[in-house]
Formats: sequence, structure tokens, C-alpha cells
Amino acid sequence: MDAALVPDGPMQNGVEDIEIQLLLEALYQRYHYDFRHYARASIKRRLLQARSQLGFASFSAMQDHLLHDPATLPRLLNYLTVQVSEMFRDPSYFRALREKVIPHLRTYPSLKVWVAGCSHGEELYSLSILFREEGLDQRTLFYATDINPDALRAAEAGVYPLEQIRKFTENHQKSGARSSLSDYYTADYGRAVFDKSLRSQVVFSDHSLVTDAVFAEMHLISCRNVLIYFDRALQDRALGLFRDSLARKGFLGLGSKESLRFSAHAPAFADFVREEKIYQRQDV
Amino acid sequence: MSVAPVEAISIGASAGAVQALLRILPALPADYPIPLFIVVHVPPDRSNALVSLFAAKCQIAVREAEDKEPILPSTVYFAPSDYHLLVEADRSLSLSMDEPVNHSRPAIDVLLESAADAYGPALAAIVLTGANHDGAAGLKAVCAAGGTAIVQDFADAQVATMPEAALTACPSARVMTLDDLIPYLLTLAAT
Ligand SMILES: C[S@@+](CC[C@H](N)C(=O)[O-])C[C@H]1O[C@@H](n2cnc3c(N)ncnc32)[C@H](O)[C@@H]1O
Repeated sequence: MDAALVPDGPMQNGVEDIEIQLLLEALYQRYHYDFRHYARASIKRRLLQARSQLGFASFSAMQDHLLHDPATLPRLLNYLTVQVSEMFRDPSYFRALREKVIPHLRTYPSLKVWVAGCSHGEELYSLSILFREEGLDQRTLFYATDINPDALRAAEAGVYPLEQIRKFTENHQKSGARSSLSDYYTADYGRAVFDKSLRSQVVFSDHSLVTDAVFAEMHLISCRNVLIYFDRALQDRALGLFRDSLARKGFLGLGSKESLRFSAHAPAFADFVREEKIYQRQDV
Repeated sequence: MSVAPVEAISIGASAGAVQALLRILPALPADYPIPLFIVVHVPPDRSNALVSLFAAKCQIAVREAEDKEPILPSTVYFAPSDYHLLVEADRSLSLSMDEPVNHSRPAIDVLLESAADAYGPALAAIVLTGANHDGAAGLKAVCAAGGTAIVQDFADAQVATMPEAALTACPSARVMTLDDLIPYLLTLAAT
């Protein structure tokens, strides 16, 4: 086409969107990380940040580096995945687990719990502490999964900046705590190092809700603030995975702004604690 | 100024937001056709109170935005507290818990930049009263995409810092008082 026929202005956006599509395709084909069906507005925002902070003139230049230099991958992944979390985030969710779900879980001789999208482990340690407080830790095996290897390493280390501890402690207390958070960590050079006994029954593993399959039968799956980053088709894929992973009458907990409302898998679940987005697997 | 008909309106407001929005939103009729997306800086846990406050006083439907919901006409969508609100190119809404922007979550910049990207020249964006600079980068993006940018008249704003910063970032923005805004929004619906 004659260059003079290409309008400028809004078309600039068009070019960027094509480049982003191609970049995500390259990322998938080369490294098997599949962000093609993540909610695009947020991905675009974070890619724009990566482009400027990593100093690329265009997404095409970024793609070139990504394809030829594997060292670009982890740097890019840290932009594409969002590592924002807190221990006992939304205390009322953990309180509902404690008061309504734990009494059911008590009836099982052994338990499996999956924390999907565990980030730096904040949610995992919250559950591990809660299960210890409720006396279920000895019979529980936890799986903590994520796609970001740096996040998984941090989760395995269980070390958080001390300035976060005040918020974590406040959240823990509001969750109906039966102990003090300070029982579980030691302060060391401005960091809180969590007790390794909290992860003695934890399997940390690289697992993607987009590209990987069912790996065990669970009694509780907690997957919070991960599905909001997916488009609807992808949310459905992940929810199908949860449906297939849950034992009969098993429980699924989602983030406070996530729900099964638009999902084809909704009939396989019943509301258990509606306001906290806790569902129970149904026979269908 | 753009000539495309306005298909969506985005509003950002901070300190003084409630009083300002109480002047504007109740003036819109129930069948006001254009959807409105609104970010107000509120401390966590307060947003539902905003929705019920405005729902009780407005004729137009007022809701808290839900993740991945299709955008409907005649609806005001408020960002929930502690989540960013984004507009997708397929004209649905997304929420995210990305880091705060300008110390805020939800952030006005995040809403305006994504809405500018989704609607281009068919977006009108308004930065109202507030004591920080959130919304300035967003309004600049709205201008760059050919949309209509508006800031609240400084003398009319309870706190002028935010509209001032927005006008500096986007000098072509129109300056309006709340009294100007009401008939203006009504005319947008007529075109
Ligand atoms: C915002 S954090 C949520 C952390 C924690 N669950 C919470 O609610 O506080 C989202 C996490 O999901 C992970 N994630 C993104 N895509 C994923 C996928 N396809 N499969 C598994 N985890 C994913 C990210 O790496 C990140 O650690």
C-alpha cells in the first residue's frame, strides 16, 4: 500500500497492538509461556513499562532480544506477572475458611490443599499457619504453584521485609487468630524469616493454569487474584482444571472480585460462603 | 476538538469527589445512553458505600464494576476499592491488583489510559477536584488518542491541584465548571 494512504494518529496504536500480539506469540512459541489470552489492557500497560524501563525502542526490538537471548525471559516475566500479595489478605476470607470450611476438612484423615498462583508465598504461609492453629497441619500436604520462577524461589525462602509485618499481623488477628504471628518468624536485619517447619509439608512447583494439567486430587483449592488477569475463555479453562482437581465436596476459594458467575463450569459448584467467593464441588 | 460521537465517559475525582459527583450524576436521566466509568480515590472498603450512596440518588443505574463484564449503556460503573479498573478493547471491563499508581489503587491514570486506548476519539474524559496529580498522565493519553479532555474549573473545584496538573499535562483540555458540565453531558447524548 502507498505510504501516503496509511493514516497516522490512532493507527499508531494499531501498530503497537500488532507488535504486542507478535511478541506474545514469540514468547509462547519460543518458551511456552502463554500470555496470549490474558486481559489485554493490563498486559499492555505492563509491557509499556517493560519497554521503557528495559530501554527498548519498540516491541519489535524487544521481541528480537527475547527470541535470541534467553536472559531476556526472566526480566520480561517479572513485568508480565504481577507479584502483589499480602499475608491473610482479606481477613474475612480466612475467617470463613476457619469457621466454615475447616469443620468439614476435619472429617478427613488426610488432606491436600493447592495454592494456585502463590506469588511470594504470602497466601501459602497464611494457610499453613491457619491449619496449624486448627490442628490440621500434620495431616495436610500443600501444593504451592506459580509460573514465575523468581516468585517460587521467594515462596520457598519465606522471607519478607519487616515493614510488611505490621499489616500481616493486623490481617492475621482479624482472621480469628489463635496465636501470634510473631510465633512463626524471627526478625533478622530488617527481614522477617518465617519458620521452615511451616513448609515441611509443602511441594513448590512450576505449574501454569493456562498450559498444564491436573496433578492431584484436592480437598481445598485457593486461587486468589490470578483469574482476574485472564480473559473469560482462559478463566473457564482454569476453572475446568479446578473442577477436575477437586475431590467430591471439595472447596474452591477465589479472590474477592472473582466469581463463577460467567463460567460454563458454574453448575459443578455451589455457593458455600457466598460473600467470600468460597464454593463447594457438586456432583453433576 | 474531536468530531466523533462520544461513546463512553470516564471521570476521575479525589478530595471533594462526592460533593462534585452529587451535582452531576443525579442530573442524568435513567435512559442516558452513554456508559460512565468513574474512579474515586477512597480508602479500602469504602467503595460499596459510594455505590449505594449514588444508586439511591440517581435515576441512571449505578453499579460497582465487575471483572470481565460487558459494558452496558445507561450505566455508571464505579471502580471497586483496592482494585484498578481498566477498559478492554472489546469494550468489557477488567479489574487488576497491580501495584498502586500515584499511591492510589484504583488509579485514575490506569482507567483513563486504558479507556483512551479502547475508545480513541469516542471517549470524553473529565478530571475533577483532587489534591494530587493522578489523572494527568491519563488525560494526556486521552488527548493523544483524539478524545475529548475536560478539567474542572479551578475556582469551582474544592481542591484544584488535580485539574491543574491535568491541564498542564494536556493543555488542549476544555475547562468547565460543574454547572457547565451538566448541560454538556446532556448534549453529548443528543448527538
Ligand atoms: C496478584 S498475584 C496473587 C497472589 C496471591 N494469590 C494473592 O491473592 O495475594 C498473581 C500470581 O499469579 C501468578 N500467575 C500468573 N499467571 C499464572 C498462570 N498461568 N498459572 C499460575 N500462576 C500464574 C503470578 O506469577 C502471580 O504470582
